[in-house]
Formats: sequence, structure tokens, C-alpha cells
Amino acid sequence: MPETILELKDLQTHFPITKGVLLRRTVGTVKAVDGVNLKVTQGEVLGLVGESGCGKSTLARTVMQLVPTTGGSVTLEGKNLTTSSGGEILDLRQDLQMVFQDPYASLNPRMTVFATLAEPLLVHKVCSSKDVAQHVADLMETVGLASRFMQKYPHEFSGGQRQRIAIARALALRPKVVLADEPVSALDVSIQAQILNLLAELVRKMGLSLIFIAHDLSVVKHISDRIAVMYLGKIVELGEAEAIIDNPLHPYTRALVSAIPTPNPDEERNRQRIVLPGDPPSPINPPSGCTFHPRCPYATDACKTTVPQLEDFQQREVSCIRKAEI
Amino acid sequence: MSLLSVQDLRTYFHTRNGVYRAVDGVSFDLDRGETLGIVGESGSGKSVTCYSLMGLIPQPPGRIESGKAIFDGIDLLNCTPAQARSIRGKRISMIFQDPMTSLNPYMRISDQLIEPLMIHEDITKEDALKRALEMLDAVGINDASSRIHYYPHEFSGGMRQRVMIAMALITKPELLIADEPTTALDVTVQAQILELIQKMQEEIGMGVIFITHDLGVVSGLCDRVQVMYAGRIAETSDTRTLFYKPKHPYTRALQKSIPSMQPKGAELYTIQGLPPDLSKPLPGCSFAPRCEFATDLCTAGSLPELKPVAEGHLQTCLRVQAGEL
Ligand SMILES: Nc1ncnc2c1ncn2[C@@H]1O[C@H](COP(=O)(O)OP(=O)(O)OP(=O)(O)O)[C@@H](O)[C@H]1O
Ligand SMILES: Nc1ncnc2c1ncn2[C@@H]1O[C@H](COP(=O)(O)OP(=O)(O)OP(=O)(O)O)[C@@H](O)[C@H]1O
Ligand SMILES: [Mg+2]
Ligand SMILES: [Mg+2]
Repeated sequence: MPETILELKDLQTHFPITKGVLLRRTVGTVKAVDGVNLKVTQGEVLGLVGESGCGKSTLARTVMQLVPTTGGSVTLEGKNLTTSSGGEILDLRQDLQMVFQDPYASLNPRMTVFATLAEPLLVHKVCSSKDVAQHVADLMETVGLASRFMQKYPHEFSGGQRQRIAIARALALRPKVVLADEPVSALDVSIQAQILNLLAELVRKMGLSLIFIAHDLSVVKHISDRIAVMYLGKIVELGEAEAIIDNPLHPYTRALVSAIPTPNPDEERNRQRIVLPGDPPSPINPPSGCTFHPRCPYATDACKTTVPQLEDFQQREVSCIRKAEI
Repeated sequence: MSLLSVQDLRTYFHTRNGVYRAVDGVSFDLDRGETLGIVGESGSGKSVTCYSLMGLIPQPPGRIESGKAIFDGIDLLNCTPAQARSIRGKRISMIFQDPMTSLNPYMRISDQLIEPLMIHEDITKEDALKRALEMLDAVGINDASSRIHYYPHEFSGGMRQRVMIAMALITKPELLIADEPTTALDVTVQAQILELIQKMQEEIGMGVIFITHDLGVVSGLCDRVQVMYAGRIAETSDTRTLFYKPKHPYTRALQKSIPSMQPKGAELYTIQGLPPDLSKPLPGCSFAPRCEFATDLCTAGSLPELKPVAEGHLQTCLRVQAGEL
């Protein structure tokens, strides 16, 4: 059994909603992450998918301790991050890195690629200032960027090139766990394939663990060992990657999988999607019972009142009270 | 007559490291109601092409060196500021690749949404807000009536993207330029947005330029596709032909790289080498150094030209043109 490196226990991140400018009153909460249990083992790739706004980025940011946890715990190699001091977290950061969804916002516009990549290397004393240029050049080559771009600024790059800089920065310190929030969404399929190969190689060679958030399910299936499907702050299905995509069981996962576009015009124009009725619900006033029930084609009255739990079912975990009937 | 006709567009960036030929001789036409997909290498000039049409190239360092972009008889690249204002943001809208750089972080969503209406239409604030709410509903933002007063950072990445889409569609444009509009969205919401775009297309005959890396989306949505490499068009044809009978080696390589076409876990096919340095144009075909079919002729000759292989199917590869591939 590979050992667990990262463990989330009943993790909750709720944001208060405030009204008023001078006297800010709290009028409700957004339950962005609402009771997530998850274990990631060393060298494992866990894909995280789900509706836009379901809390994937917030989950990643909570693990990184960039937003305060409102409940539960995050444990990295036995150390509870939620009770660690700021200084300890800074040390742990070396082992825990994140690639953000938005490469524009996460790169400092006033720093050249060289400065962006040299900084962590020098701060954490990975190499001396004499060797730093070579290290930076190697890092850039690793992510498929020519080192001749070293003195360029972020705005001089295309979207995909910027994302590669962000990935290079996350890899600079050889972390143990990388949380990658849509790292390849902005890349063309060829560079996307390069980055996926690169990530897979780092996982294999360095024993890196990877939480991989993406909307492209064929990409997620390709790279992940296991996939967790989130809906409205909760995990609704969790299991081996191929099983989840080839044979989805939770009604939400089924709808998601049925909507994957295929690069085949004839098929694409004649396909049947499971169209979910209604809009994605609001995390402010989530529906009662199973939060998916208002949009679920299989929902019964019981679904409106019973809160389903994530339970073992057919070699995976599913959170649906009708899982055996549908 | 086509809705938009772009002829020999060249947009270069003059930086201290040299002149980057980001867009180097791009021509295409778009009809009313038509959807043109633009795919291609990251950094190949897809966004810069669109920014050029929208007058959004930072000058300096950017400069539109040559070209025309005729929209309804008016050349967007050489028109008066007044003409430009009456067209851009009203008759032509753009959805940007990155929502955060185009949404104002200090302004409520509501104010940003109604801004184009208040500028371009004779409309009361109340009516504008009503239209804004309808639009947010249409792009699938729940609780629109309370969330419309949020600031951008209070939304998830995908919700910001949908706000951008709502902002672009609210003026019912004749031409929509969408730069990777759905990359931040899950597939079910993506399907909903694509349907909305198609519906507006039927209603108002909107022409759409759709930039994406997702060849699955292209295959379902686009009438025609144009593949870009290093600032130029490498191949263009109707969607079916491009998927079932691609000719240019770059297009074929792109298709081979799609993960769903390959066994799980295997190393994915990638194109060897790095994209070319746009400041140092090589003789001949810019893809040749990475092309598995390249011969000495490909790197020796002059710049390859887009030539037809069949009706409406054009591509630049010399070896294809010679009937060798
Ligand atoms: N302000 C700028 N200064 C210098 N070079 C620039 C500037 N803006 C863009 N470029 C260059 O122009 C080229 C084309 O960029 P563009 O953003 O159009 O690529 P793209 O095809 O949209 O790529 P992606 O798919 O990654 O978004 C890139 O090589 C980029 O480095
Ligand atoms: N700082 C914040 N204040 C209030 N609400 C927030 C904040 N950050 C996120 N939220 C809310 O939390 C929910 C989850 O957001 P999150 O960004 O985690 O979604 P996501 O799953 O990453 O979506 P996407 O796929 O669109 O990126 C959303 O409803 C969002 O509006
Ligand atoms: Mg997100
Ligand atoms: Mg772009």
C-alpha cells in the first residue's frame, strides 16, 4: 500500500455573504466546500471534476491554506496544516505547490520569466546565484519553453506560454504534492500533450502526487488514477478513472460524461446529450436532501428529504440513495 | 457579400528583442450566420488576429503593418474613431480569453453589464438592468437577481466567464469574436452556452469567430475551420473535411495529439521541437523544422502559399501541393 501523503477530513470552506457598505452584516453563507473527505497517496494522480462553481478551486486553495478553513482538517505527511503557524506553512509550501487556473493573474507582470523562476530557487537555496541561470533554463526547457525567452515579461507571451511559466514555477522546488487547477485548459492540444506527458513523468520519476482539476474529461481520464466528481461543494462519486468515465453511476456524472464533445463532426452533430433541466443551484440556498435532486432525471420524493452519503458501491463510492435501482 | 473580409493582415510587435511577426499575412472571409473556428499552436497569433480587428493592439509595441478588415463596407483597420466606436462593442463584440483582465475588479457586475447598453442604446437604467438580468439567466447564472451586484472576485472562474459571455451578447451583435469562451466551463454548461450562441445565430444571423483548442467543440459547432501556425494560416476548409481528410502535416499532428484518440496512460503523441522564433523568420515553411515529412525543398524555397487542394479546401504544404503526401 503506498502511503497517504495528503488527507482531507470533513473539510469545509464557507464564505460569509455580507450586505451593506458601512455596517456589513452577514446575511448568509456560500458553502463552497462542504464536508470533503479525501486521501491522496504518494505518486497518485487524482482528477477533480465538476460543475463550474462547485468548489474545485476553493478546495485547492483551502488545501494550500490560501483561504481559511471553516471546519475539518488538511493533513500533509502527518502535519495538520489547519493548526500550523504561518511560518510552518511557509516551510510546508515547498512541498505543496499550486498551478492556478488563471496564469494572467498569478504571474507578476513586472517580473521577467527569469526573475519569476529564479526567485523561489534562490529563496529556498536550491542553487547558488552562479548556477541559477542554468537552472532556470533547464526548468524552461522542461516545460517546453525556449530559454531565449528568459528576459521577457508575461504580457509578451501568449496564454499558453504563460501557463507553461506558471507550471515551471510550481515545479521549481520539486514539491511532493502539486495542485494543478486547470493547468492545460489554455493550451493547444499538442502542448497540452507535452504538459500531460511531463506531469506523468514527474509523477513516475519523482513520486509526485498530483491533484488535477480540469473540465476536459478525456484529459482527466488520461492522466488520473482516480477521479473525484464534485457537485455543490461535495464529492458525489469517487473511483478508478476509467470506471468513472466509461461507466458513470451517479446521475450527475452520467450527465457530465454524456456532454463530452468528441472530435468527430458526424458523431457530434447526431449525439444525444443528457440535458440537465434547470440551472446549477446556488450554493447560498442549496436544495434540501440531495442537492442534485431538482435537476436529476431519477429523483423521487425521498431524494428531496434524505441527504445521501458517499458509500461504497461497485468498486467505487457513490452518493445517491437510488444508486442500486437506476 | 460577406459580413467580414480580412485581407493580408500583418500585426508585428516591435520589442527591444526584435520584431515579432505575430500575425503575418492572414486573410479570411466570414458570412452572416456562419461560424468560423480558429485552432492552432499556442502563440500562433489567434488572439492577436482578433485584437487587431477590435483595435486592441497595444501600440507601441504593436503595429498593424498592413491589411484590411472590411465589415459591412467599413475598413476596421482604417476608419475614423467615430466609426470604430459605433461598431465595436455594439455590432461587433468580443469574449476574451481571460475574464479577469477584461472585467473591472472594482466595478459591480451589474454596472459592467449595462455599460455597453447605456453607451450604445437609448435605454433607461432600469430597462438595461432588466436586460442584464435576462442575459445572466440565459448564460445559466443562478440567483442572478442577487448575484448581479457582486464584484468579479466573488464569482468562480467559470461564472466570470459566463458574465463575459453575457456582456458580449447583450447588445445582440452581428459579429461575435469568441476567444476560448468555454475553456473555463464544465462540459454541461459549455453545451448550454454553445446552444445559446447557436440560438442567437439563428435569431439575428450573427457571424461567429470561435477560437478554441478543443477540437471536440469545433467539430460540433463550426461550419469552417482555419488552422494557424506561426502567424499564418496553414490549412482551412469546411469542418468535416478538416477532420476526416486533413492534409497539412501540422493539422494531422494536432489531431494525433488528442488524448481521447490514444490509449489511456500511454505517452501522448507530441510534435517534436519548439515553436519557431517569430522574430527570426526562417526561409520556407515555418513548420518544416518540426515536420516529419520535411525535405530540403521545404526549408529552401520561398514562403509557401495557401493553395486549393479541393473546392474550399486550402493549405500551404508544398509536398501536399506536389501530390507527394
Ligand atoms: N504585447 C506583446 N508584446 C510582444 N509580443 C506579443 C505581445 N502580445 C502578443 N505577443 C506575441 O504574439 C504572438 C501571438 O500571440 P497570441 O496571443 O495571438 O497567441 P494565441 O494564438 O492566441 O495563443 P494561445 O492559444 O496561447 O492563446 C505570441 O508569440 C506572443 O508572444
Ligand atoms: N472570496 C469569495 N467570496 C464569496 N464567495 C466565493 C469566494 N470565492 C469563491 N466563492 C464562491 O464559492 C463557490 C465555488 O467557487 P470555486 O471558484 O471554488 O468554483 P470552481 O469549482 O473552481 O468553479 P470553476 O470551474 O468555474 O473554476 C462559487 O459559488 C463562488 O461564487
Ligand atoms: Mg475554478
Ligand atoms: Mg490566445
